[in-house]
Amino acid sequence: MKAKALMKKYTMVIALVVVFILFAILTSGRLLLPQNLSNLLLQNAYVLVMACGMLLCILTGGNIDLSIGSTVCLVGAISAVLLKSNFAGDPTATALLVILIGLALAILIGMWQGFLIGYVHIPPFICTLAGMFLFRGIGRAILDSKTVAISNRPFLNIFGSYISIPGLDDIERIVELKGRPQNQPIAYSALIIGILVAVFLVARFFMSRANKSKKGYKLDPLVPGLVRTLVISALLIYYTWKLANYKGIPVMAIWVVAVVLIYNFITSKTALGRYFYAVGGNEKATKLSGIDTRRVYFLAYTSMSMLAGLAGMLVATRVGSVNGDTGNAFEMDAIGSCFIGGASAYGGSGTVSGIMVGAILLGIINQGMSIIGLDNNWQYVVKGAVLLAAVVFDVVSNHKKGKG
Amino acid sequence: MADTILSMRNIVKEFPGVRALDNVNLEVERGEIHALVGENGAGKSTLMNVLSGIYPYGSYSGEIYYEGQECRFHTLNDSESRGIVIIHQELALIPELSIGENMFLGNERKGRFGIDWDRTFHEASEHMQQVGLKDEPTTLIKDIGTGKQQLVEIAKALSKNVKLLILDEPTSSLNEEDSRMLLNLLLRFKQQGMTCIIISHKLNEIAYVADRITILRDGATIETIDNTGRDIDEDRIIRGMVGREMSDRYPAREHHISSEVGMSVQNWSVYHPVYTEKKVVDNVSFNVHRGEIVGFSGLQGAGRTELAMSIFGHAYGVNISGTLEIGGKPVRLHTERDAIEAGLAYVTEDRKGNGLVLGESIARNTTLARLEKVCSHGIVDTVAESEAAETYKNLLRTKTPSIHQLVGNLSGGNQQKVLLSKWMFADPEVLILDEPTRGIDVGAKYEIYCFMNDLVAQGKSVIMISSEMPELLGMCDRIYVMNEGRLVAEMTAAEATQERIMAAILRSQGGVDLSGSEPRVNLKK
Repeated sequence: MKAKALMKKYTMVIALVVVFILFAILTSGRLLLPQNLSNLLLQNAYVLVMACGMLLCILTGGNIDLSIGSTVCLVGAISAVLLKSNFAGDPTATALLVILIGLALAILIGMWQGFLIGYVHIPPFICTLAGMFLFRGIGRAILDSKTVAISNRPFLNIFGSYISIPGLDDIERIVELKGRPQNQPIAYSALIIGILVAVFLVARFFMSRANKSKKGYKLDPLVPGLVRTLVISALLIYYTWKLANYKGIPVMAIWVVAVVLIYNFITSKTALGRYFYAVGGNEKATKLSGIDTRRVYFLAYTSMSMLAGLAGMLVATRVGSVNGDTGNAFEMDAIGSCFIGGASAYGGSGTVSGIMVGAILLGIINQGMSIIGLDNNWQYVVKGAVLLAAVVFDVVSNHKKGKG
Repeated sequence: MADTILSMRNIVKEFPGVRALDNVNLEVERGEIHALVGENGAGKSTLMNVLSGIYPYGSYSGEIYYEGQECRFHTLNDSESRGIVIIHQELALIPELSIGENMFLGNERKGRFGIDWDRTFHEASEHMQQVGLKDEPTTLIKDIGTGKQQLVEIAKALSKNVKLLILDEPTSSLNEEDSRMLLNLLLRFKQQGMTCIIISHKLNEIAYVADRITILRDGATIETIDNTGRDIDEDRIIRGMVGREMSDRYPAREHHISSEVGMSVQNWSVYHPVYTEKKVVDNVSFNVHRGEIVGFSGLQGAGRTELAMSIFGHAYGVNISGTLEIGGKPVRLHTERDAIEAGLAYVTEDRKGNGLVLGESIARNTTLARLEKVCSHGIVDTVAESEAAETYKNLLRTKTPSIHQLVGNLSGGNQQKVLLSKWMFADPEVLILDEPTRGIDVGAKYEIYCFMNDLVAQGKSVIMISSEMPELLGMCDRIYVMNEGRLVAEMTAAEATQERIMAAILRSQGGVDLSGSEPRVNLKK
């Protein structure tokens, strides 16, 4: 019975582990190479970022935002064109201004859609479907149907470089690579950061327990919590060691971690976060509790587009250029991550940590199948099957009792 | 010898915590119009739902004999195939479809390829003729009035070869002319041999059409009165409807009504949010003192909930006019948030639909209306939140293993206590309780009454909307009676009786003036 409850709670984590081991075997270990593990993060940075925003939309009642792929394209296009023009004269100034302009534009798009959805009561599906066409079209018009490359160094550094501490990370050492010894630097800073964070996590775990016991609150059992903390810490150290062996910690990871931490904080600790859950759980009751439900919708869609703007810059940097198809179908990855990660299709439940698991699961499937060299078409089939299975699982396990 | 078409024997139907029908017996003779009367919640609709198979065989106990055979209906289709058709108070018509399409919805006239529209509209117009409806069968439902829609429902029943027609408050939304037409239509059908059960609050209409009248009270049949001579005394019906014994189901209270007015409302009018020309609340003025419990009585749809919600930060209605004073100061409340900050709380009638977030914990529900009280800089202090939830859980004696329990897992009475906790946490000066004890058991009711007494003892003002008259009489210092959006009476606890309240409602009822005189209701002390 207890094992069953544990299974249910960690279903997606278990699925993640199974899928990871499966692909590690299928790729004969290539999935575990430092470069591939580093790429896993970089390839999916945009999904992780946008899934956070999508979670807020979905919480309000299973509502989704279809326009974000197009917002990525539009923001990417404007950024690329402006960077190319170097309008501020100085590349660094241009880069900073472009980031501000891009984010401001994304926020404006979000406010526009949030206004229509929250205050004019346009169904989110239709409003964002319109946005999907609109922003894609404007983006293509700005690009003039061309691919615009990004060569602004400061901009690329802000999103696409690696943390490198001179004297520590750039010393070449002989490492075993592709079966033969090669000269390559090891970015020890990555490992150091990993160990520091791991120590912090373990210390925080014990401090929180000590604090609770001092105030006389009920303590959770020690073992499961400790095991969870230690496993997470160990994985973190392992992962940063892998990163150390491939250029170190990417700056993009810092952007992703920042967004994830902020959204996790908002959804779990703040009053505002509560309101997203409450609106999805019972909008009428929430409104009669004196909460401005229109504002809740407005903020969900504003934040969603803002993150899509950020993702646009991450993607532009990662690819190095922007064209009319940039960001195509990205909304589906974000939506899929949320539902695979346990967000309810009816709204009102879902966590940032859950959807991160969903996003990483999708990422591993993508990455694993690419390494194996599986045909692109079959990748869609597998993704679809996983999404369907996750949502069926959610509906059957959570809603059967209530509506049976 | 009487020819009994329907006999329901010893029907018992229970909902969780409530016995809605308690050994009900009903005999209906072939070819009569049988009226079913009783207060809201007396069990009339429940009984008809049992009969029509909406509550399937097995979910109730007792026997139903129809045309001499025992019946075990499992679905609505079972009863309809035997010629029993029920027409509900809220009409089940689809506005965007035509009369003909609605009439055969679920019962389509099929041709060789799909629906035979010629036959559909031909048959529809035949049935429409029977009820005296002169529109085209292709007219959309939304383009005809409520009176005609009611006729469409009856025509639809005719298309199902109805033998026993059940009408649940058929004239409640009709004007005088349409009501009279409908009642005369029923009398004509009766001559053609149809049997009819009619549920209604309009006693003069019942006296006009019914051959026999069965009175239900608290889920039990009280009596069946013969009215074949059309000589029934309406007083007698009212006495039968309300005449239950008052025992000490209500906690005693010392009355300390302050002279200070907690809230006062002047000339309050509200229009329907969709049908904006319809006045839902019509020029209502009332007040409630500090330390006072004021009751609002009336039938369902009298406008009490609409009045309360429109006061509560314009949560209902449009073109709201009138003035509002809380604690002697005039206030203008445009949103629910304004209302809460002005010290007003509205505990909703429908706790599952409008009151609670069922998928969230007791603690989270408790703090929802005033989350800022346990927040610093927008961050929720979960420890303070848990302490608050724990306090109110103990205060109201909510039965739950933990305040982290999901509200959806609690019983109705405990959910109601969580809802009260939530509004107590909001720390209001004036509480509006809308049907605070609906659907909960006697024990929980008593605890909620005690809690209301505590509130007024603290000098707060309580407004209690209830359809249960004994509860109002047992708890309130003063009672306002509403009907059709207007205040029709105000009485103190000392002068109020169930008969007087009922009489005030019925006298103001815009029913059909069939006798040319006032309905015969005598006021008694």
